[in-house]
Amino acid sequence: MSIDALRRWVSRAPRRVRARWRSSLYLRVVATTLTLSIVVVAVLGQVLVSRITSGLLEAKQRASLIEAQAGLNQAQSLLAASDLSEPSSGEDLISQIALQLAKRGGGTPRLYDVLVLSSSASLSQLGSSWPTEQSVPQTLRTAVQDDGVQASTYTQITYDDGRPPVPGYAVGSPLEVPGVGTAELYYLFPLTQEQQTLDLIRRTLFFAGVVLVLLLGWISWFVTRQVVDPVRYAASIAEEFSAGHLAERMRVHGEDDLARLARSFNDMAESLQLKIGQLEDLSRVQRRFVSDVSHELRTPLTTVRMAADVLHESRGAFDQATARSAELLQNQLDRFEALLADLLEISRFDAGAATLEPIHGDLRDTVASVVEALAPVAERNGTSVRVQAPKTPVMADFDPRRVDRVLRNLLANAIEHGESRPIDIRVAGADDVVAVSVRDHGTGLRPGESSLVFNRFWRADPARVRSIGGTGLGLPIALEDARLHGGWLQAWGEPGEGANFRLTLPRRAGDEVRTSPLPLEPADVRHGRRMPLTVGAGVSRSGTPPRNGNDR
Amino acid sequence: MKGRILVVDDDTALSEMLGIVLRGEGFEPFLVSDGDHAVSAFKEFSPDLVLLDLMLPGKDGIEICREIRAESGVPIVMLTAKGDTIDVVLGLETGADDYVVKPFKPKELVARIRARMRRTDEGRPESLEIADLVIDVPGHTVKRNGSSIALTPLEFDLLVALARKPWQVFTRETLLEQVWGYRHAADTRLVNVHVQRLRSKIEADPEHPDIVVTVRGVGYKAGPS
Repeated sequence: MSIDALRRWVSRAPRRVRARWRSSLYLRVVATTLTLSIVVVAVLGQVLVSRITSGLLEAKQRASLIEAQAGLNQAQSLLAASDLSEPSSGEDLISQIALQLAKRGGGTPRLYDVLVLSSSASLSQLGSSWPTEQSVPQTLRTAVQDDGVQASTYTQITYDDGRPPVPGYAVGSPLEVPGVGTAELYYLFPLTQEQQTLDLIRRTLFFAGVVLVLLLGWISWFVTRQVVDPVRYAASIAEEFSAGHLAERMRVHGEDDLARLARSFNDMAESLQLKIGQLEDLSRVQRRFVSDVSHELRTPLTTVRMAADVLHESRGAFDQATARSAELLQNQLDRFEALLADLLEISRFDAGAATLEPIHGDLRDTVASVVEALAPVAERNGTSVRVQAPKTPVMADFDPRRVDRVLRNLLANAIEHGESRPIDIRVAGADDVVAVSVRDHGTGLRPGESSLVFNRFWRADPARVRSIGGTGLGLPIALEDARLHGGWLQAWGEPGEGANFRLTLPRRAGDEVRTSPLPLEPADVRHGRRMPLTVGAGVSRSGTPPRNGNDR
Repeated sequence: MKGRILVVDDDTALSEMLGIVLRGEGFEPFLVSDGDHAVSAFKEFSPDLVLLDLMLPGKDGIEICREIRAESGVPIVMLTAKGDTIDVVLGLETGADDYVVKPFKPKELVARIRARMRRTDEGRPESLEIADLVIDVPGHTVKRNGSSIALTPLEFDLLVALARKPWQVFTRETLLEQVWGYRHAADTRLVNVHVQRLRSKIEADPEHPDIVVTVRGVGYKAGPS
């Protein structure tokens, strides 16, 4: 992994963590539980430790004071009993007393050490295993010397023989030594025992806390799992269901809330499946019906057609009214037939029975053949058709029959609504898509009509004279044809500016169309516009209209 | 030539109308409305062409087609109400030469009938050779090593069209025009199905044909003679 990749990985890490945090209920619950329990355990531990410490020290303090008082009393009684006639023996006497007092403290480790100090006399050290003079803080000495009463404080007991200093409690009292003056008697109680006890308690509490926190984390994970797993299971079943597996059901265990959820879900799925099944049946019956009706109509229509033809052939022998009737019959039968054919075609789309038979061909050829086929109609209308196509082939996989039908329809519409003004057909190709647009300069479309034109049996203006006469199903069928290719068929139009229909197809069958190489809104209109206005009926495979702003 | 046409259709109104139109065009129609009687009527009447509705009560069109084809190569044109269903392919595979989708224009039907009954009667003796086949065009016979192979008139026409210009690749559209008489683009399945039928009769190995060769993306041509 290069440095850059590592940096990217690190820089993305917070986002990944955030995403995980948002998506995982487990993580949130367990993390929250751990954090809160750590805080609670820490606070509780702290309180506990401080309570135990102060309790321990208070007990020690009380015992120490009593011990020191007893020592003092003994020292004074020893002093009183001693022979004071020899002043020179004062220092020895003090040493003896100190030794005696110290002996009451037991062997090693001693419960306490005793120091007798005097500001006026130099007292010899009692031994190398005794605490140094520095073990008694100056503040304590000052307090004892000045106030002349018993005083105590915490201190650090240091030794001469290299033993490490230990925390201790010092109690001092003035001691009147006849012939020597005022000396000070200090009791030094090492707190080693208490320190060890406290350390043990701290360690125990710490481990207990860690274990407790971990236990809480596990419990929360376990409890969450009991809730989250069924929810996740329900979610996966619901996803399956919405993906179309209507037979999916949840397993129901027991009587709890989750079982109720499962039961409700199953009930919902049951009724949805039933409804969908009913709708499917209905729609199948409906489509079947349309198809059957169309087929059943064919045989009598054939007979009528032939009869009309026979009449039409011999219309010269009829009087004028009968001859005209035969003509009308003939013409309307053509229309009727076209309508029936379109109806059948659309019912084939509705039934999902339409299949694409693509070839790899040049779109320009199809355009040329359509233009050629409709040339007589264009000529009758006095319309010129201009084709702008690239010099190079515009190759794509398409069903020539369907694309021919779409283009024929678009061009026929353009001729019909173009008011004899020129029609522009543009052909273009891009990397993955090809497109044809058919532009007329006729009456155009009113706002909102560009999507209505694809509705079945929609008529722009019922009052308009129809020259070619469509069935009202031409554009809906064209739209279905485009959809079958995975392409778009879109309309643009404005009153007075004409209309533009654009067919966009993927180059490879089965691909999706994302952009079109041709503008839906013609360039000449766009440049002269003050206010942008886009209308269009987009069709993508998924059935959602593409945003028109993106594909220009 | 007064063509005799057997019309098999259960819709009496349509049958009658077909009779009127065909008679008007100078044919001699014979109407049968029941599938069960179609084959016996065929034997009795010995028509030059059969118009056959696919959906019939009793014996259905496909079965009748098969039975007629078993003993005769007479042209069969199917009448069908379903233009794109499997029925059409099935009908063609069982030996029908062509089909017309309802509702059809009388002129269209007559054109189809005439195309099928048009025989290249006139003609100087013409003999074609392709691969190991010898084709006697006026005599309507195809022989391999002296033994003749039975082909329907349509299959024969198809083979002759290909054999006359062995250097040329025929597109399906060209064949539709030359052999079936279609002037506009029509269903190219007609060509595919009949090429298969023809191959099954004349090729040594129909899976690997060397008389009627497929030219990928274009069409068919006659193999090297």
